[in-house]
Amino acid sequence: MTPEKKKFSLGPMAKVGVGIVIAVLLIAIFGPMLAPYDASFVDVTRQLEPPSSTHWLGTDENGADILTHMLIGARVAVIVGISTVGICSTVGIVLGAISGYFGGWVDEIIMRVTEILMAFPGILLAILLVFVTQEPSLLAVIGALSASGWAGYARLVRGQILSERERAYVEAARAMGYPTRRILFRHILPNILAPVIVQATFGIAGAILAEAALSFLGLGPQDSSSWGGLLDQGASYFLLTPHLAIFPGLAIMITVLGVNFLGDGLRDLLDPRFSLRSTDS
Amino acid sequence: MTRFLIRRFFTSLIVILGVVTIVFSVLRAVPGDPVESILGEEALEIDKQALRDCLHLDDSLPKQYALFWQDVANGTLGHLCDERGVTVADKLTAAIPSTIELALAGLLVAILIAFPLGIASALRPYSWVDNSSAVLALLGISIPNFWLGPMLLILFSLVLKTLPNPGSGVTGLTSLILPAITLGTALSAKLTRMLRSSMLEVLGQDYIRTARAKGLQERWVVVKHGLRNAMVPIVTVLGMQLGALLTGAIIVEKVFARAGLGTLLLDGIEARNYMIVQGSVLFIALTYVIVNLLTDLVYGWVDPRIRYD
Repeated sequence: MTPEKKKFSLGPMAKVGVGIVIAVLLIAIFGPMLAPYDASFVDVTRQLEPPSSTHWLGTDENGADILTHMLIGARVAVIVGISTVGICSTVGIVLGAISGYFGGWVDEIIMRVTEILMAFPGILLAILLVFVTQEPSLLAVIGALSASGWAGYARLVRGQILSERERAYVEAARAMGYPTRRILFRHILPNILAPVIVQATFGIAGAILAEAALSFLGLGPQDSSSWGGLLDQGASYFLLTPHLAIFPGLAIMITVLGVNFLGDGLRDLLDPRFSLRSTDS
Repeated sequence: MTRFLIRRFFTSLIVILGVVTIVFSVLRAVPGDPVESILGEEALEIDKQALRDCLHLDDSLPKQYALFWQDVANGTLGHLCDERGVTVADKLTAAIPSTIELALAGLLVAILIAFPLGIASALRPYSWVDNSSAVLALLGISIPNFWLGPMLLILFSLVLKTLPNPGSGVTGLTSLILPAITLGTALSAKLTRMLRSSMLEVLGQDYIRTARAKGLQERWVVVKHGLRNAMVPIVTVLGMQLGALLTGAIIVEKVFARAGLGTLLLDGIEARNYMIVQGSVLFIALTYVIVNLLTDLVYGWVDPRIRYD
């Protein structure tokens, strides 16, 4: 393969990732229409049944069809993944850019805040935030996951800006008398976007996993059926009826794997410094 | 070096200040009356008032904040309202050993998988070993631990019937195996890739060529000169991964119905026990901050080349 061509093509694993991501997106959009049963349908005479011709993935303890709820659950995963990362990366880019470009006490304050937020490992802060909302909605879960999630983007962007700030083209733009906002977001930002896109891709996988973990702990959105919630439901019965745990978990894993494959591919493509071949974070 | 340490120490203090303040304010921002959500609306007024007194809800916010700090400073993290004379710290002390046991076992699993795999990948980059370990690593970080646990249980206690299921009351080492694998898998995946890249970098150094040139056995080149130096960045990673181990433990404890910090926190959430929830969240976050501070200090000791300034 010529170097020119290689530059713009994804590896085989990344292509698999793209396929999975597209499939999940399609299910999220059309899933509820494809569902064999209505979301509220239960057949109390057929509870905890293994997969059969009428219920392809079996039924849960209320007699609801698992396949139906999994098709609906794809939407939650996609919404949580995309909106959490959307909020986190936007807030992170703006604050990180301000922090890196201006420095001084603004930088000091923003960086201390990110350090404080990152002192809550993983989903710990989200657990606390969801706890106080009592009946968490989908929006509350997204908010809880975003509350600390932006910090990583802010630090990444700040670091990139620091190294970019002294480059000749920035100086040129400054000499031209462009306003700072324009220099930051029109000149510098496009040059540092590659690592942010890579991190955002992995962030989508992380957000989907985090939502599923919250749901598994019984702290997920109470207003919609999610894969993690199905798994939590199945947890009490899975030694009796393994199918309750197997299928929702498989859906989570395949989705996350697909997004991670894509992220790895994008990293090799956009950011040669961080290719899987040399390092891994 | 001293200047770095002083600065590092002060930023950690600021972080601790912030963490305590966040935990305090999040729980005080609860909409509605927390007493009613704990006891229910029909509870007797006298019980409600007792709980309100116990939680200091009638005091002003600054006073509550001061009292909160007092509980943090004296190490009790406050007294429980439903059990007379018992502090949150007592509950934590009872729960911690089980979680430490699980976390250490998970770490051991991660190391046992990551070291052979990471070193083998670094010695033969782009070989089949390396490529399959790359795929395994991606698989490892994508498998949710709350799914891996149930799958291992189904396989080993339902299909193969070799290991006990958590309901059977079996304790001891065998009951720790599956939880440890569940907790350690994701970490092993990250460690493998880290170790590989760290090793690859070290093996390209001049001193490795020197060691080989002087006729040292390859085994010793890899272990004494390679691995020892490759360990330096791994130390920091392990410090940062402690957070993942602790939050992972919350989930693994639920999957395997184990006692521990996570179970304490989740039971506290279920019972809407504010003291327990704020105490365990605060404990996990502060532990994480302090371990990361210690890691930074150890870092300079592991690698004398680092002088910080």
